[in-house]
Amino acid sequence: MKALLVGEFRDGKILPATYELLTFAAKLGAETVMFLAGREDMLPHYGGKLYLADVSSVGEFNPDGHKGLISQVVEKEKPDMVVFSHSSYGWDLAPRVGLALGAGILSEVVEVEAGGEFVVPACNAKLRRRLKPKTPVTVVTLQAGAFAAASTMEESPVVEKMGGGSEVKVTFDGYVMAEKAEVDLGKAEVIVSAGRGIGKPENLALVTALAQALGGEFAASRPVVDAGWADHSRQVGTTGQSVAPKLYMACGISGAIQHLAGMKKSDFIVAINTDRDAPIGEIADVLVVADLKQFLPVFTAKVQAG
Amino acid sequence: MKILVCIKQVPDLESRFKINAQGTWFEETDLAWRMNEYDEYAVEQAVLLKEQVGEADITILSVGADRVVETIKKALAMGGDRGVHVRDAHSYEKDPFEIASIIAEYARDKGYDLIFMGMQSQDRGSAQVGVLVGEMLGVSVLTTLVRFECDGQRVRAERELEGGLRAKVSAPIPALVTCQLGLNKPRYPTLPNIMKAKKKEIQTVEVGDLLKANARIETIGMYPPVRKGGGLILEGDVSDLAERLLGILKEKTTVIR
Ligand SMILES: Cc1cc2nc3c(=O)[nH]c(=O)nc-3n(C[C@H](O)[C@H](O)[C@H](O)COP(=O)(O)OP(=O)(O)OC[C@H]3O[C@@H](n4cnc5c(N)ncnc54)[C@H](O)[C@@H]3O)c2cc1C
Ligand SMILES: Nc1ncnc2c1ncn2[C@@H]1O[C@H](COP(=O)(O)O)[C@@H](O)[C@H]1O
Repeated sequence: MKALLVGEFRDGKILPATYELLTFAAKLGAETVMFLAGREDMLPHYGGKLYLADVSSVGEFNPDGHKGLISQVVEKEKPDMVVFSHSSYGWDLAPRVGLALGAGILSEVVEVEAGGEFVVPACNAKLRRRLKPKTPVTVVTLQAGAFAAASTMEESPVVEKMGGGSEVKVTFDGYVMAEKAEVDLGKAEVIVSAGRGIGKPENLALVTALAQALGGEFAASRPVVDAGWADHSRQVGTTGQSVAPKLYMACGISGAIQHLAGMKKSDFIVAINTDRDAPIGEIADVLVVADLKQFLPVFTAKVQAG
Repeated sequence: MKILVCIKQVPDLESRFKINAQGTWFEETDLAWRMNEYDEYAVEQAVLLKEQVGEADITILSVGADRVVETIKKALAMGGDRGVHVRDAHSYEKDPFEIASIIAEYARDKGYDLIFMGMQSQDRGSAQVGVLVGEMLGVSVLTTLVRFECDGQRVRAERELEGGLRAKVSAPIPALVTCQLGLNKPRYPTLPNIMKAKKKEIQTVEVGDLLKANARIETIGMYPPVRKGGGLILEGDVSDLAERLLGILKEKTTVIR
C-alpha cells in the first residue's frame, strides 16, 4: 500500500493539517510520498520523498495547475491512494484529481477500518456511513482533527523539484482578510452562544441577557451571523473564531463539526436543545433538553438571584 | 444567458433517523423534506444574476424520487423558469460519481453559460457532485463562493477559506460555481410567485436515460455513532431544570459567584 499525501501551503506557511495526513498513512501502514506546492526554504518535517512545486511559479491556489502536477506524480509513483485534508483546498482539488485518475472518491473520512473500509459522517454527524472504494486507486479527504498529528518530527525530506505549466482556467487574484474583529471572544471566561434554534432575531436578547448575567460575552453560530443577526466577529467555528472559555453555553446549536472545531476545547460545555439526539450532546458536559425560549428566561433569573 | 441550478432535497436534520432494513441508508418514511440549505443560495444567486442581466433562462434540476418535485416547485417560486425532474427512486443508493454523471449527461450540449450548485449536500456532505459535473463538462469550476459577480465573460468571486480568510478568484464562462452559506440572502417565495410557479413546466426524465456510469464507491453500512461523551442529559420541568443546572455549574465551574 502506497499513499501520495498532498500537503497544504497557504499565505507563506505549511498548514499543520499536512501532518494529519501522516497520522492517517501510519494508521493504514502505508508507504508514503508527498506533494507540496511550497517553498524550498520552508520544507515540511517529513522524512520521505517530497515532490515540490515552487509556489512562486505554480501559485498557492491553482486547482487546474495543481491537478496536472499531482497527476504527474501519480504517473511516476503509482500510489494506491491520494490523500488530502478536507479543507477549502482539499475539497476543491480532490474531486478534480479523482476524476482525472478514474478513482473512487471518499470525502471527510473520520476512521479507517479493516478490510479497506472507510467511515464518513452523514446528516450533520447524526449518522455514519461505512464505504468501500471499487477502484484500484482511491482519493480521500480527511476530516480536520480526525487523525491528530503526532508531535512534529525533526526530519527533512528528499526533494524532487517539479515545475510545469498546464492549462489554467481558474486564476487566484489574492487574499482578502475578514474585517477586524470588534470583540475578542478569546478573553471571555463565559460565552453564551446563539444558534439557529433562537428562531428569530428578537430572541437573541434571551442569550445576551444570560451572557450579561454571567459576566461573559455572547457569540453565535454561522446561520445567526449569515442572517445578519450578529456580527461576524462573534462567529465561533472554523470560519470564525476559536474559543476555549471556562463555560460555553450553546443555545439552539446542533453541533456541526465546523462549529465544534471552534469551541470543543472549552472547559465546561452546556447545551440547550429541544433535540435529544443533537450532535452537540456528544461533547456537552450537560445537555438540557428544553425549548430555549422557556428555559433561558427562567435560568437567567435564577443566575441573577444568585 | 442560459443557467442551470442543481438542487437536492434533503431530510430535516432535526429528525429522528432510523436505519433502513438493508442497513445502508436511513428510513425515508415519516421524514420532513426540504431544499438542501446550500442549494437555496445557488437558486438565489441564479435569480439575482437574471435580474441583473435581464435576459436569462433558469432551469432547476433535481435527481430523486417523486417527492423532489415539491422542492423544484419551491425553486421555481423563487424565480426559476423551468424544472427538470430526473426521476430516480433509488438516487440515495448512488455515489457522487453516478449522480454527477447523470447531471453532466443531461447538461452536455445544452450550452449552459453558468451552472450553480451547493458546495455540499447536508445529508451526504460529500462536496463532490458540483466539482465533478464541472470537470466532466470541461468548464471552469469555482467552489465555496461567498461572493459572486459575472459580467457576461468572466466570473469574479471570493471563495471562503478557513479562519476568516478569503481568496479572490476569477475564471471565464462557461463556469460551474458551488455556493457557500452566506453568499446572499435566499428569498422566501411570495404567494403570487407560488401561484405563478404552478404554471411553470416541469419536465420528467427517467434516470435510466441518463445514467451511463458505474458507481466507484460501495456502501457497506450506515449506523448512528456510539455516544462516547458521558455527558449528563437533563430533562423535565423548566424551573426544575434551571435549578439543577445552576447547582451543577456552582459545583463544577468557578464562573458562578
Ligand atoms: C466550510 C464550512 C465552514 C463553516 N463554518 C462554520 C463556523 O465557523 N461556525 C458555525 O457555527 N458553522 C459553520 N458552518 C456551518 C455548519 O455546518 C452548520 O450549518 C451550522 O453550524 C449550524 O448552525 P446551528 O447549529 O445554529 O443551526 P442548526 O444546525 O439548524 O441547528 C439548530 C439547532 O437548534 C435546535 N433548536 C431548534 N429550536 C429550538 C428551541 N426552541 N430551543 C432549543 N433548541 C432548539 C435544533 O434542535 C437544532 O439542533 C460551516 C459550514 C461549512 C461547510
Ligand atoms: N440528487 C441531486 N440532484 C440534484 N443536484 C444534486 C443532487 N445531489 C447533489 N446535488 C448537487 O451537488 C451539490 C453537492 O452535493 P454533494 O456532493 O452530495 O455534497 C449539492 O449542493 C447540489 O447542488
